[in-house]
Amino acid sequence: MRENLHRFFRAARGAGVRVSPAESIDAMRAVSRVGFTDRGVLRDTFLLTLAKSQDEKRALGECFDLFFSQPEPAERGEESKYDDAERAESNASSDSPGEASAGDQAENLGPLAQMLLTQDRNAISAAIANASGAASLSNIRYFTQRGIFSGRVLEAMGIQRLRDDLDNLTPTNPALAERLQAALDGLRDTVRETVSQALLLYGREETENLRNEILRNAPLARIEPRQVEQMRALIRQIARRLRERYSKPRKRQRRGHLDVRRTLRRNAAWGGVPFLTAWKRKHRDRPKIVALCDVSGSVARVSDFFLLLIHSLHEVVDDVRSFAFSGHLIEVSDILEEKSLEAAMAEIMSKVGFGSSDYGNSLADFEKSWMDTITPQTTVIVLGDARSNNLDPRADILRRISERSKRLVWLNPEGRMAWGFGDSEMPRYATFCSVVRQCATARQLERAVSDIVATYQ
Amino acid sequence: MAEAQPAAAIEAVENGLAAQGYIASRQIATAVYLSQEIEKPILVEGPAGVGKTELAKAIAAWRGMKMIRLQCYEGLDEAKALYEWKYAKQLLYTQILKDKLGEVLGGAQTLHAALDQLHTFGDVFFSKEFVEPRPLLQALEQPAGCVLLIDEIDKSDAEFESLLLEILSDFQVSIPELGTVSAIAPPTVILTSNSERDLGDALKRRCLHLHIGFPEQKLEERIVESRVPGISQSLRRQMVGFIHEIRTLDLKKLPSVSETIDWARVLVLLQATELDHEIVKDTLNVLLKYEADIEAAQPQLTTFIAKASRQNVFG
Repeated sequence: MRENLHRFFRAARGAGVRVSPAESIDAMRAVSRVGFTDRGVLRDTFLLTLAKSQDEKRALGECFDLFFSQPEPAERGEESKYDDAERAESNASSDSPGEASAGDQAENLGPLAQMLLTQDRNAISAAIANASGAASLSNIRYFTQRGIFSGRVLEAMGIQRLRDDLDNLTPTNPALAERLQAALDGLRDTVRETVSQALLLYGREETENLRNEILRNAPLARIEPRQVEQMRALIRQIARRLRERYSKPRKRQRRGHLDVRRTLRRNAAWGGVPFLTAWKRKHRDRPKIVALCDVSGSVARVSDFFLLLIHSLHEVVDDVRSFAFSGHLIEVSDILEEKSLEAAMAEIMSKVGFGSSDYGNSLADFEKSWMDTITPQTTVIVLGDARSNNLDPRADILRRISERSKRLVWLNPEGRMAWGFGDSEMPRYATFCSVVRQCATARQLERAVSDIVATYQ
Repeated sequence: MAEAQPAAAIEAVENGLAAQGYIASRQIATAVYLSQEIEKPILVEGPAGVGKTELAKAIAAWRGMKMIRLQCYEGLDEAKALYEWKYAKQLLYTQILKDKLGEVLGGAQTLHAALDQLHTFGDVFFSKEFVEPRPLLQALEQPAGCVLLIDEIDKSDAEFESLLLEILSDFQVSIPELGTVSAIAPPTVILTSNSERDLGDALKRRCLHLHIGFPEQKLEERIVESRVPGISQSLRRQMVGFIHEIRTLDLKKLPSVSETIDWARVLVLLQATELDHEIVKDTLNVLLKYEADIEAAQPQLTTFIAKASRQNVFG
């Protein structure tokens, strides 16, 4: 049983639950107390000892159900495939006088063939389990490995011998050969199913990682509609990671100079002998962000993800004001706060989206109404391709924004090569920005936002 | 005995808690049973008002143990949680020592001899007598064991979490001047968290992780039954059904079990016999704590009430 527990821990890791050796020891201790008799209790025990958050509980619960239902499909596969046919045949053969000869022939066959012919389901399940162990099926990670592992499992079960048997039987006893062939097909299906299940069990995390890795490096502006939802999930994941990294209380607050006045007052009861010291605290700013997002044309989708990311960072970022523009500029913070992202983006698009962009006019709008939102603690982030359709770029406003703010960061979805060509005003704007960086993929987006938040730590 | 019959033991926990008016789900009972068996603290997470703190109280009452509660908040430090020196008494002690100094030194001739005598004199300045035990130390010093409730651990600072690690894994604390203080009887430790911030992995690793969510309808009915005995069965079923409908809405703060119980009390007080639109509208502020939530729920009320009543007929 211990072996099975270890396999379960491995499966749990595959499902994305972090199981450290210490935790597995705890779980084993707990299991030794509750025993294996009651599956519900066993499940609760694993959930309590291994999972450390609600997400993990859900993943582990699924993993548990999958893991402990595993032997069943093997049997069912067997049954549905050729149970009926086999039963009819065995009925027929038990009456027929030819039975003895068939039995004789079976003696000469390999163990696998005999097992298949006797229809000993438990033996077959056990053999598959053993072969899975021999083929180290629990190392399966990617869906592309399914074929290899199926092959290995069948190999370990002795399919070579079975093939030889089939070749020998075909001329001498075609009926038996046919039965064996059918059984072999059934076995193949069962093994394939076992391997698929193992992949589901052990490889989920890796498969997901691989997919996320590809997604992370895909240009945001050109992803397919069906990937949008996956991308949103990925962005949320990134947001969670950034939150975890930066929402920890800032350290070293108690360093600095002794606050003499407060120390004396606090220790008045002991005649001014300073038992308790008070320190001047160093205050650290939480990030304040003003985001200006271009929502015209191809930049829109990047803005979409950027806004999602920046607004998922509540715990880290004190104050976010978001503005969207193409021809003119509006504030969208409230819309984003109140509605779900899909509804919010739809509303923003209907208000300002899809026009031809006019950076000069939009910057003028911003200066007119919202310039006072920028304080020396504010980071201003502009997200756009700086393609202003040859209209006046009003770089002077950007200079004033830059002077008022702590930092001015420009994120451009276009590659560096394209900056300054055609109607791109990037070089003119870039002179007033603290940082200019390309931001076309989720990875670059993460890096950019992470750097911005890190400057406040 | 317990090892042979874990299922029975878990049921005993369930019944014991129920006798204290705490209706526990199977998973909660398993957690309580396990924490006792493998001596691990339980970290309880879940939305506000689902009975996390209540669980600790019920365990204490059931086992007839003292409950020591440590409420966490930002800025809580070891002086308030673990121990503190009695500064005033220490001051007095040094003054007494000063007066008695002549006797202690007993006519030593040279400075060297006086110092030697001073060193041989037993020093009590940093000793057990001058330690003021705070909740964590108190919990370790209970001879009969106790239930230690560390409430809303997520409100405290990350440094405080590290302070807890020793007590959680080994039931002991180290006081630099005194050495290590171990528990006389290991306390049952319950930590609660509203998931305001993510707790450290080190802390989570040392605990059984129990998530208490909103209870299922049947369980919630039983909870209301035990807490508000005066309410009729049909009304109970209706109101719990109604609350489950409300929880499907996208609200700022979903009503939790404590709100359900409050509402049941209100309904009993108003002598309502069944839910109707009027009474729900008037008492909705018991359930929903934000104006925006009440507004959001308002248009759905009639459908929800109808659904809840229908359930009553067929359920």
